[in-house]
Amino acid sequence: MSVVPRLHPTRETEAAPPSAEVIAHPQARVAARLLAERKELHPMLVRARAVAAHVLPTLGMVITLLLVWQMLCGSPESRLPSPLTVWEQSNDVILHPFKGVTIDALGLHIQESGDVGIAGHVLNSLGRVAIGYSIAAVLGVLLGTLIGQSVIAYRALDPLFQVLRTVPPLAWLPISLAVFQEARPSTVFLIAITAIWPIILNTAAGVQNIPPSYRNVARVLALTPIEYFFKIMLPATVPMMFTGLRIGVGMSWLAIVAAEMVQGGTGIGFFIWDSYNSSLLTDTIVALIWIGLVGFSLDRIVGWIGRRVARQA
Amino acid sequence: MKKRSYVALEDIGITFPTAHGPFTALKNVNLSIEKGEFVALIGHSGCGKSTLLNIVAGLTKATRGVVFVDNEVVDRPGVDRAVIFQDHSLLPWLTVEENVRLAVDKTTPGKSRGERRDWVMHNLELVHMTHAAAKRPQELSGGMKQRVGIARAIAMNPRVLLMDEPFGALDALTRASLQDAVMAIQAQLKNTVVMITHDVDEAVLLADRVVMMTNGPAATIGEDLRIDLPRPRNRIELTEVPEFNHARHAILHFLHERYSNPQEKAA
Repeated sequence: MSVVPRLHPTRETEAAPPSAEVIAHPQARVAARLLAERKELHPMLVRARAVAAHVLPTLGMVITLLLVWQMLCGSPESRLPSPLTVWEQSNDVILHPFKGVTIDALGLHIQESGDVGIAGHVLNSLGRVAIGYSIAAVLGVLLGTLIGQSVIAYRALDPLFQVLRTVPPLAWLPISLAVFQEARPSTVFLIAITAIWPIILNTAAGVQNIPPSYRNVARVLALTPIEYFFKIMLPATVPMMFTGLRIGVGMSWLAIVAAEMVQGGTGIGFFIWDSYNSSLLTDTIVALIWIGLVGFSLDRIVGWIGRRVARQA
Repeated sequence: MKKRSYVALEDIGITFPTAHGPFTALKNVNLSIEKGEFVALIGHSGCGKSTLLNIVAGLTKATRGVVFVDNEVVDRPGVDRAVIFQDHSLLPWLTVEENVRLAVDKTTPGKSRGERRDWVMHNLELVHMTHAAAKRPQELSGGMKQRVGIARAIAMNPRVLLMDEPFGALDALTRASLQDAVMAIQAQLKNTVVMITHDVDEAVLLADRVVMMTNGPAATIGEDLRIDLPRPRNRIELTEVPEFNHARHAILHFLHERYSNPQEKAA
């Protein structure tokens, strides 16, 4: 059976029953077709069509882009490697991402040095993001709630936040290194300081925008401050809070790559820097795709959690 | 000293500071409501009737005067004065049952989970909404949402039920069926009710007393009309009862001749 959806069935396939009347009126053919009983499609087929309608445009675009890229960069003197060159030269990186990564009863182990696959680097980076982002999420939600709820706190802190949030992640690095002395805590700090602003500001906006009617309900029901926090404020703020958390996770992923490029050692940022220094541009391209896909997944995961929480709350 | 009524508003006044100096919205409001009485407050928009209701609810503080409910001074909102809001104010992240449950949990200390659940369902049954217990507010029509709002308020077993234009946002047909629902519930529970409305027919149909407010600034109670129509009342039969038309006429006369709409006058 053909899987290609036919959104516009042709006339030949669903011809109207021929009769004298039908031919007499030009619109009758159309009318007869509309009046004819529709064929029930198998539910699986309906589903397959729906999925295909979603996936096919993306798939088509990716293939087209790859083809255009191949045509533009296919010649040997091209400075940018073509997709086929990437496949040939970075074959090992693409096909063995988990080199140096082992899982046993004690958990995940990533080889400290030597030849580590790209997934190992990504996992190293994700570990740092997890710590830095968790700090940013907890502090961000607390500070956002504070400035959303208290006018005085808002006036005191909001201007500071507005100024600080415009500082690019890498500009924090010298200070971070000077204070923490070591690479690991300063990268975590860098991620936290990058991700925290959208979380604070969106949470605050969410708290400020709680409809007055919900506050009135809380007052009439004489909810205690703790009950108000969990039963009204938190659920009412969840959508905005998760908007902030989603932007934050994206920004922390941006920051980690930049930070690791400077600091070196391990991680996907380091991997890119290393491949550039070794003139392995094809490896860089593979790394870019990994970064993009991981960033996309992080965004989707946080978005999914947000929807789950909004439903549960 | 005379005995105080169940709900007593004594010399209520409220003045707001504005850019052009203080603005007195309400002045010398005195109102006594007996237990089980259904009072409708009617007046043009902007006359301060919602402010007055909020003062009774404790959501707004009067700048002078006292509200007593059962001889206790009202100084803050409380579960003894349930409010039915015009916009129903159901929490969208809770189901119908959970919305009512939130109010029940705050008002029935010492009851078991099962007892509270039964009480929630009993009140949903009074408004004919048990079938939607598991639904969320956004899945319901406006009239159904307000039914749940009513269930939430009566489930609190309040000393006074305050309704702030409860049917103002509904279409005429839905409004009529909710008015009937409120009358049926009132016949059963005999709550003390203060309802704000700007619908003359609604006021006469539902209330034992219609309290008419003068226009602001410094609005106060202009007239207090007793509606001595027998219950149960039927909206169709009432149109032929002289007392009903008489009351309607008196209110319309007050609203449109003695105190006509200030906005129309300005225009």
